[in-house]
Amino acid sequence: MSIFGRLTQEQIVLGLAVLLCIGFSIALPGFLTANNLLNLLRSVSILGILGVAMALVVIGRGIDLSLIAAMAISVAWTLQLIGTGMPVAQAAVIGVVFCLAVGMINGFLIAYVEIPAIFATLAMGTAVYGFGRYFLFNLDVLYFPDHARYLLWLGQGAVLGVPVPIYLFAGVCLLAFLFLRQTRAGRYLRAVGDNLAAARISGVPARPIIVLQYMMSSLIGFVAGIVTAASVASMNTRIANSTFVYDVILVVVLGGIGLSGGRGGIRNVIVGTLLIGVLLNGMTIMDIQYTLQNVIKSVILLTAIVIDTILNPRDEQTAQQGDI
Amino acid sequence: MSLSDTVAYWRYRVVPDHLLGELLTKRWIDNVIPAVILIAVVATFGALIPDFFSAGSIGNLLRQWGEFSLLVLALMIVMVAGGIDLSVGSTFALGNIVALALLNVAGWPVGAVVAATLGCGAAVGLINGLLVGYLRLRAFLTTLVTLIIVRAVVDMLLLKYSVAIAAAFVDSDIWFFFGEGSVAGLPFSVVVTAVVAIAAHLILSRSRIGWHVLATGGSRRSAHNVGIPVRRVICLTYVVSGTLAALAGVLFASRLGGAGADTGIGLEVAALTAAVLGGNSLGGGRGSAAKAIIGSITVMIMVNSLVRLGVTSGANSLLLGLVLLGAVAIDVRWLKNRHKVLSKVYVSPVFAALPPAPGTDAGSPYALNDRLRGVELIGLGEIDGPEDVILDDDDHIYAGNRTGDIIRFLAPDYRRWEVYAHVGGRPLGMAFDRDGNLLCCIGGMGLYRITPDRRIEKLTDETNRSWFSIVDDSRLRLADDLDIAPDGRVFFSEATIRYEMHEWPVDCLEARGNGRIVCYDPATASTRTVLKNLMFPNGICMTHDGQSFLFAETWGCRVSRYYFAGPKSGSVETVIADLPGYPDNINRASDGTYWLALVGMRTPSLDLALKMPGFRKRMARRIAPDEWLYPNINSGCVVRFDDRGTILDVLWDQGGENHPMITSMREHRGHLYIGGLLNNRIGRLKLPDSDPDWTGQRAYWGRS
Repeated sequence: MSIFGRLTQEQIVLGLAVLLCIGFSIALPGFLTANNLLNLLRSVSILGILGVAMALVVIGRGIDLSLIAAMAISVAWTLQLIGTGMPVAQAAVIGVVFCLAVGMINGFLIAYVEIPAIFATLAMGTAVYGFGRYFLFNLDVLYFPDHARYLLWLGQGAVLGVPVPIYLFAGVCLLAFLFLRQTRAGRYLRAVGDNLAAARISGVPARPIIVLQYMMSSLIGFVAGIVTAASVASMNTRIANSTFVYDVILVVVLGGIGLSGGRGGIRNVIVGTLLIGVLLNGMTIMDIQYTLQNVIKSVILLTAIVIDTILNPRDEQTAQQGDI
Repeated sequence: MSLSDTVAYWRYRVVPDHLLGELLTKRWIDNVIPAVILIAVVATFGALIPDFFSAGSIGNLLRQWGEFSLLVLALMIVMVAGGIDLSVGSTFALGNIVALALLNVAGWPVGAVVAATLGCGAAVGLINGLLVGYLRLRAFLTTLVTLIIVRAVVDMLLLKYSVAIAAAFVDSDIWFFFGEGSVAGLPFSVVVTAVVAIAAHLILSRSRIGWHVLATGGSRRSAHNVGIPVRRVICLTYVVSGTLAALAGVLFASRLGGAGADTGIGLEVAALTAAVLGGNSLGGGRGSAAKAIIGSITVMIMVNSLVRLGVTSGANSLLLGLVLLGAVAIDVRWLKNRHKVLSKVYVSPVFAALPPAPGTDAGSPYALNDRLRGVELIGLGEIDGPEDVILDDDDHIYAGNRTGDIIRFLAPDYRRWEVYAHVGGRPLGMAFDRDGNLLCCIGGMGLYRITPDRRIEKLTDETNRSWFSIVDDSRLRLADDLDIAPDGRVFFSEATIRYEMHEWPVDCLEARGNGRIVCYDPATASTRTVLKNLMFPNGICMTHDGQSFLFAETWGCRVSRYYFAGPKSGSVETVIADLPGYPDNINRASDGTYWLALVGMRTPSLDLALKMPGFRKRMARRIAPDEWLYPNINSGCVVRFDDRGTILDVLWDQGGENHPMITSMREHRGHLYIGGLLNNRIGRLKLPDSDPDWTGQRAYWGRS
């Protein structure tokens, strides 16, 4: 008890990741090579970037289930526009504006209409996907146009032997870290997540902050989407209907950011990402069936939520009615 | 009356403004918005699709709807208890594949297949229930994860068995009947759904466990505090939900007989949309089988019609997403603002013109004096709010207090007191019957009797329901004062049927006449309403002739006489039409006349306001209740009058120092005992000219 009492979830998860690393290194030949480790990092950097987006929202006591749909549809639209001959910058701006609009609508619905975040974003995700498929394009998969292939560097290039997505992940982490620690809005975000009523009473502009957090998560999602599309030279919009967004939540919750808001930071996201990266990499090397991987991931997520509930128990006296 | 007054009078008499507020208080009003949406959807698609209403089209839709609405019912049961179950879609798919695998591959008999599949669904529900109910995880995320796990399990089963399932052929009449059969023209799945829906409705609205579920959803903490096993109840709702989802899966399996990879994908969003669209609240406490059914029909029609109109799949999810957003937004705003709307529209004043108030200057019968200044005080600071006082044969004083007790002050010096009976509620008017039982009107409870050996018995707490009243007026909300006729019938007043007890000043603001006089007949133990639409009827007193009683209407500032026997039986006469204050209790005096308490004096401002219903309505809507214009209840007096309405005597205490706020007085052996609803004392005044042996008991029942 005394040892575990002093350990935070972050430390436990980091220890687990190290243990898994050691275990895989011994058991799996080819795991502990520089190439594989870089590959591991590269493969999880997108998940990590999305994790940062989700973390900002979760710290503000929200959740963004429309993250993946907004990412997929906005990037696919950008690709479509580039394909029709629009300048890359202009197409990218349209994609960004679309993302920001989705984030703003999310934030408006949650902050002003007071719809629970989980429903607002779930419904937004469905609606955004439907909007894209109905109004913007008819294809499931949009490929990178040939004249914009130089953008593929974002996903496939390398600087000093280290893949670019890792730099991007690090950059997003740094920016988010600075935002949370150094800016007034970042502190407000944490205050709103910790106790909305108290934050409002003490004069924090709670509603604009909530809108801001969803706009930021959407924007970071767009970055992750561009990296995704650049890595595989296409954007598969079906990803919006997949369970990918739960992997992102897994990263956040696993890293130790409580869903009740106000706690945790960017370091937790990095730790969570590392564990998931090691796990996925190991399972892929072991050639475990995809559905079984899903079950394993889900069970881990469930365990993480159980641990989260035990470590950060919901206060029955102050928990809001209908906080589901 | 001037012309404008006449117009105002008829305007507020004819237009029933109060009905809107009363409609909003009904629980079923929640269903109106979903029902309107349903009608709009049917009308829209009925116009767009040519043979929308044809028998074939409807029959096809019905069979699918049966399965879908089972899922919505499953979700509704969980939502009512304050949770959510997103795994219904996956459980549905699991039920489908398990049923098919057991039937086609393992070759089990149909009964065993159904039982095993339901067991499977219940097991998934149990896992959810253990995690959410007992471990208190967040319902949304937990069931999302079980959605993924169950989906993965289904995928694995599909890989293993789908070929074998497709190859096998089932020859079972029962199985065929599940999928294709009809009962009385209705598809089997619809019959199953109807049975489940009716059962769910009865259980939720009429059974103990159903109330536990609703209470848990309504307020989890309160439910826990009153001893409801919250965790078990929540766990149970998930088990039921899993079972119902599996049942829907069995029906689906019997209808199509094939296992596809996309069975049940996205179904949870559709079911959630349907449940919320029907008016089931996220977060629990509000929901019903009817709401689930309405919502499921609406969503089913929308989704199906879009497919039939040939719109691409993108439009479908766009529409579902938008409808879900709109429904949740309406739900959230409605829940948040309903009581605000209600409080704005509920108070609906009418035109009420009182006759001019007589003055209280020297020449008037109500001329001011200080005769109450010499009142002796009994129980000062020891009693809280004796609305009425009464004395028994042994001269003990009985008085109700605010905490729901009847207090007895012991003769002769009234320095000692005891709790005679704890009745609860707010004890108001009292009377002794022929056998020495103490009858008491208890605000919020009804008419009660306390026997001489202190047994408390309920006489009545309800009367006949009016046919066309929207609020339920059968319950007694504010039984106020009573008196007992020579034949034993009890006549008592109920001050208002539209407001709760603590809102009595608001009833004045409305001045509609919401009160009534009710008769309880002990011979038949029946209760019925005698007079209706009175303006806050308050005191009741039998006249000395035994054929009629006098009653005071507080906001009407008048005293009337009602004949319940004799030649004038059934008629009402006005005795005093223009009191200068608000009358409260009436009691007999020793010389054949009557005492009347005026709880407060009229003010010109409120009298004027009563003639301006629009003004009072704006006041009730726009400013806070503690800024409203209220009747004065601070200074009053005691009046003695005879049955022709002549004022004989007035007792005042001008400073109000000794005995402010008088609601009742009782003459007993040459003294007057005075009570007040908001007082902390009982007053006792020597009456020099009255019969020193007269008691109420003797006057009523001939005993000494």
